[in-house]
Amino acid sequence: MHAWRRSAGWSAALATILVLVTVVSAAIGPVRIPPTEVVKAVLNALILPTGVETTAQGVGPLTLSGVNLAYGSPFAFPVDRVHQQIVVGVRLPRILMAALVGFALAAAGTVMQGFFRNPMADPSIIGVSSGAAVGAVAAIVFVVALPLPLMAFAGALLAAFAVYAIATQNGETPVATLLLAGVAIQTFLGAVISFLLVRSGESLREAMLWLMGHLDNSTWAEVEVTLPLAILTVGVLYAYAHDLNVLLLGEADAHALGIEVERTKRLLLALASVVTAAAVAVAGVIGFVGLIVPHVMRLLVGPDHRILLPTSALAGASFLVAADTLARSGAAEIPVGIVTAAVGAPFFLYLLRRREVHTV
Amino acid sequence: MIEVDGVSVSLDDIEILDGVSLSVESGEFVGLVGPNGAGKTTLLRTINGALAPDSGSVRVDGDRMTTLSSKAGSRRVATVPQDTSVRFAFSVEDVVAMGRTPHRDRFGGTDDTADHVDRALDRTETASLRDRRISTLSGGERQRVFVARALAQDAPALVLDEPTASLDINHATETLSLIRDLVDDDRAVLGAIHDLEAAGRFCDRLVMLTDGQIVGAGTPEDVLTTDALATTFDIDSVVTANPVTGTPAVTPLATTVQGSRQVHVLGGGSVGARVLACLAGAGHEVSAGPLAAGDTALSVAESLDIPVETVSPLTEPDGATLEATRERIAEADVTVLADLTLTQSGAHLDLATQASGLVVVEDRPLTERNHADQQCGRRYERLLEQATRASVETVATTVETAPLEPVRHVSRREI
Repeated sequence: MHAWRRSAGWSAALATILVLVTVVSAAIGPVRIPPTEVVKAVLNALILPTGVETTAQGVGPLTLSGVNLAYGSPFAFPVDRVHQQIVVGVRLPRILMAALVGFALAAAGTVMQGFFRNPMADPSIIGVSSGAAVGAVAAIVFVVALPLPLMAFAGALLAAFAVYAIATQNGETPVATLLLAGVAIQTFLGAVISFLLVRSGESLREAMLWLMGHLDNSTWAEVEVTLPLAILTVGVLYAYAHDLNVLLLGEADAHALGIEVERTKRLLLALASVVTAAAVAVAGVIGFVGLIVPHVMRLLVGPDHRILLPTSALAGASFLVAADTLARSGAAEIPVGIVTAAVGAPFFLYLLRRREVHTV
Repeated sequence: MIEVDGVSVSLDDIEILDGVSLSVESGEFVGLVGPNGAGKTTLLRTINGALAPDSGSVRVDGDRMTTLSSKAGSRRVATVPQDTSVRFAFSVEDVVAMGRTPHRDRFGGTDDTADHVDRALDRTETASLRDRRISTLSGGERQRVFVARALAQDAPALVLDEPTASLDINHATETLSLIRDLVDDDRAVLGAIHDLEAAGRFCDRLVMLTDGQIVGAGTPEDVLTTDALATTFDIDSVVTANPVTGTPAVTPLATTVQGSRQVHVLGGGSVGARVLACLAGAGHEVSAGPLAAGDTALSVAESLDIPVETVSPLTEPDGATLEATRERIAEADVTVLADLTLTQSGAHLDLATQASGLVVVEDRPLTERNHADQQCGRRYERLLEQATRASVETVATTVETAPLEPVRHVSRREI
C-alpha cells in the first residue's frame, strides 16, 4: 500500500531532521562544541551488545548455564574529556527528554484531534495536564514522600479517569460529553491549583516554574523511564491508526465498517492520556506542541493517521528540541513553555490566515 | 438473507419500531417508504447492528446480528449512510479502502485491499476520481464513492439510508440504477427511499412504514395506492402509471376549496390531466370526457374515480357518448375547457355551449389546437369571450367563484 510507503518516506526524512537538530542543539551552549565533535562524543557513549558469554549459575547438581550479553562501546574517537562530559552528561539527557516530550505530546495531540474530530483538541483536553499540575504543585507545596513526577503522573491519570467516568453512561462515552466534562474538570482543577498557589508561600516560585514547563535538570534516569513508555504507547497507537481514520468518518459509520467503537475509543483515550501524563509528569505543562504540530503536519501529509501519527510525533520531537535550545541559549534561561507558545502561536496564526486550518 | 422478525425498538422510552417483520432475499431490492419519523432509519440501524432490538430478532445470513461482533456484522451488512459529507481531506481511494476494514488484519497478513478497491472503483465508475479529495466531490460523485466503499466491504446484504436524498434527479437516477445493478449480483438490498416514484421504479418490492409499524408490503403497484398514501402521508394524491416506465407515478394534490361545485372538464392531454387532478384534489365534484383511450387525462380520471365518457382513439364521439356528456354538462355548475383541441365535427364546441358557467384553461396557442377550419376557431373565440380564464394552478379556485351564466348559443350561422 502506498500509504505505508509514504509513511516510511516522510518518517525517514523527519527522523533525519531530528538527528540534525539534536546535533546542532548539542553543539550550542555556553561552551561551543563543533558538531563533528558532538557526533564523535555521542558515538563514543554508545553501548551496544558486542558478544555472548556463558556463565555457570546455580548451586549443587542443578547447574544451569546462563547466557549473558556482553556490552561494549565499539567507538573510541579522541574527544576532549570535558566536551565529552558536557555533551553526554549534561546536554544529551535534556535534548533527549525534549525530543521524547515533543514526540509524546504531538502524538497524543494528533490522536485527540482525530478522536474528537475537533481542531481545538490538544493532549490535555480531558484534564491530563491539570491533573498533573495539581499533583506536582501539591508535591511542591506540601512536602510529600513520593517523588514529584510520580505525583504528577498519578494526578494526570486520576483526572483523565474522572473525566472518562463522568462522561460514560451505559457503556457509551459520547465525544461531546467527554469534551464538556473535560472542560469542567479542567476549570475545577484550575481552581484547586490557584488555591494551592495562594497557600504555597515560600515555594510559589518553584511551583510557578514547574507550571510553565521546563526541561532543565533532566536526567538519564528520567529518560530511561520515559523512553520505553513513550515508544511503546505511540507504537500501539500506530497500530490503531487505521481505526482512527475510520472513526473520523463518524461513529455510526465506523461501527458499520466493523470498528468496535466504544472499545477503540477507550483504548485510544487511555493510551493518549498515559503518554501525555508521562510527558507532563517530567516536563510540566508545555503548551501548543500538541496543538500546532499535528495541524502543520496535517497540512503537509494529509489526514491519514498512518502517515500523520508518526510524522507528527517526529516533528514534535524536533520542534521541542529546537524550542528548548532557544530557551536555554539566551542570556538567562526561560521556561520552554514560554518559547513554544511565543513561537508557535504566531506561526500558527500565519498558517491560519494563509491556508485552511479550520478542519481536522 | 435479511430476516427481521417482530422487532421493537425504543429510544429514550419512545417506541420507534413496534413489531416490525420483513425479509429481503438475495437478488432483491426492497424499498422502505414512509413519512419522516416513521422509523426507517432506526430500522436500518437495527439491521446493520448499530442498535439492538428490545424484542424480536434481526438475522442476516442466518445469524442474529446482536450475537455478532462489529467486525463479523459488518462482513454481512454493508451500509451506505444518509450523510456522506466528509470534512476530511481523504482521497477517494482512501475512503473506498476503508470499506475493507472488516476484512483487515491489524498486524499485516495477506492484503487484497487493492484488488477490491480497484474493482469497486471500476464498478461505480469512480476510478477517474481515485486521487481526488473526497471533500472536493459533488454530492452525486460522493454518493457513488460511498456505494463503492460498500462494494469494497463485500457483504451479501446492503442497506442504504436515503441514498438519493441530496441528489438532483439525474444523479439520483444514476445512483439508483447502479444499486439496481448491484442487486442483480445477488445481493440483498434494503433502501429507505423518500422519492416514492423512484422507489416504485427501481425496487422489486416496497415496504411502507408508518409510526413504527408496517402498513403495506408488496409490489410498488400494490403499495403505492391513493388510499395508502392518504393514510400514511396524510395527503391527497393521484397515482397513475408513469407513461415512460410503466411504474406508479405519485402526484400529490394541493389546495382544497370551501365551496365545492360540480364541474365537467372538456379536453384531455397533460393539461386536462392536471386540471382533473387539481379539481378533484381541491374537493370539487368532477366529471370528464369524452376522452380517448390512452389519454393521460383518462388514466388520471380512472385513478381518481372520476366519471368519464370514453371514445376510441382518433374517432369522433358517437351520438350516445355525446348525449351522455351533454347530460353531465347540464348537471354541472361549471364546465372547464382544458386546452381544448378543436376537431373537425366541432362536437366539443357544441357541448361547451350547453354549459351554465364556463372556465378556460389554455396552454398551447389556438392555431396548434385547431384541427378544424377557421370558422371553428372563430366560434371558440366567441365562447372565450363569455368564459373566465384560469391557469392549471388557479383552476380550482376560479371554478369556485366563476359566475354561473348560461352560455349564449353561438350558432354556425352567426359567424
